[in-house]
Amino acid sequence: MLDFLKSLFKPVVPSGETAKERLRLVLLSDHLSLAPDVIDSLKRDLMEVISRYVEIDSEHADVTFEHRDREIAMLASIPITGVRERKAPEATVFPSPNDAHAAQELAPQLETVAAPKPKANPAAPPRRRRRKKYAAAAAAAAAAKRTAQEPPQVGNQASAQA
Amino acid sequence: MMRALESPATLLEPLAEPAAARGRAIVITSGKGGVGKTTTTANVGAALAAAGKRVVLVDADIGLRNLDIVLGLESRVKHHLLDVLEEKVSLDEALVRDKRSENLYLLAAAQTREKEDVVTAQMKALIEQLCERFEFVLIDCPAGIEMGFKNAVAGAHHAIVVCTPEVSAVRDADRVVGLLPSAWRPELIINRLRPQLVRKGKMLSVDDVNGILRLPLLGVIADEPGVIVATNKGEPLALDPSSETGAAYRAIAAKLAGENVAAPTVRVPANGSFFSKLGSLFGGRA
Repeated sequence: MLDFLKSLFKPVVPSGETAKERLRLVLLSDHLSLAPDVIDSLKRDLMEVISRYVEIDSEHADVTFEHRDREIAMLASIPITGVRERKAPEATVFPSPNDAHAAQELAPQLETVAAPKPKANPAAPPRRRRRKKYAAAAAAAAAAKRTAQEPPQVGNQASAQA
Repeated sequence: MMRALESPATLLEPLAEPAAARGRAIVITSGKGGVGKTTTTANVGAALAAAGKRVVLVDADIGLRNLDIVLGLESRVKHHLLDVLEEKVSLDEALVRDKRSENLYLLAAAQTREKEDVVTAQMKALIEQLCERFEFVLIDCPAGIEMGFKNAVAGAHHAIVVCTPEVSAVRDADRVVGLLPSAWRPELIINRLRPQLVRKGKMLSVDDVNGILRLPLLGVIADEPGVIVATNKGEPLALDPSSETGAAYRAIAAKLAGENVAAPTVRVPANGSFFSKLGSLFGGRA
């Protein structure tokens, strides 16, 4: 009975969508000659590296692959919840959208998504999010939070531009 | 989808085309079995012949002869492809003329032999020979990517990839495209689409499939009972003037013949119109 009630409220993903996603992944591994578990560990390692620099919400992290013509792009959406203490601060965060673009140019395969406006209340816990929207928003939010504690220049810049 | 609009240009590939006045050999392939290669070959061939083209259909599925059944010609087959390759009979003796059309011929596969019995160079020579006598040589490729596939592709100038809206079929089609000569630009037929399922999000759509394969779209064929009935009777649906699917096959044939017609498509009813008629909308004059 409880299961039945749960099933009523669970969002229904049409099986066509499931098929699409499965197809995407299977072709990805076909094209890259990677087994699916290799892709899983790629995701894990990627998050581990990012979490060395910033605190991330790995539960809501999302790494997807997108087909473009006959090539594949990797899209990573990883919510950033905080900043780690580091000696060289300019290397630890994405300080501004411009730097984010520079990072994209250096690593064209790894993309981040353009920043939407920061939330009115950046300190609020992350709500259920839609895919691929929040990585830079979270970066901006994290920067804004830091502005409240200590006043560096980058946070203001980021929110002004976003 | 987008690229299908450019296809009058892509249809006439300059690279792989044979010299003028010679026929064009097209292999119908898919990788996966059971997606409708043989039905497609029979229907497109019948439609081309009905439009006045001289057509020969070659069943390259050695050991699993089926094209004769779909065409209703099984009782007329006396000799087969391997008999010709091994010079047991002449090509003329082995070619079976269609019941309905003077323009349509079949070269049947050997039923009791194996795919490895075919020598690729001989197969190539045979297809070349057929190209001198026919405007269209349609080669029904076996499933798989082994010897049978290689032999079927060997003599061809062009490929049609048949794919159903299923994960496994799209994956195999993708693989097969990668195995075809890189100068080719294979065209895609999406077969057995069920518009009601696509509307409910329960089946991959044309855009889903071709968003991945990205091939010029030759046409979309609906999954409908008429195809089964036609196969039961051995009468290609392409010859039924009242059938919408038949009209889609005729449009595909017209496109292959270089006519400037739109790729036939299957209309997916708008979401919400639950009782909306499962209709198909065909482009062009078809």
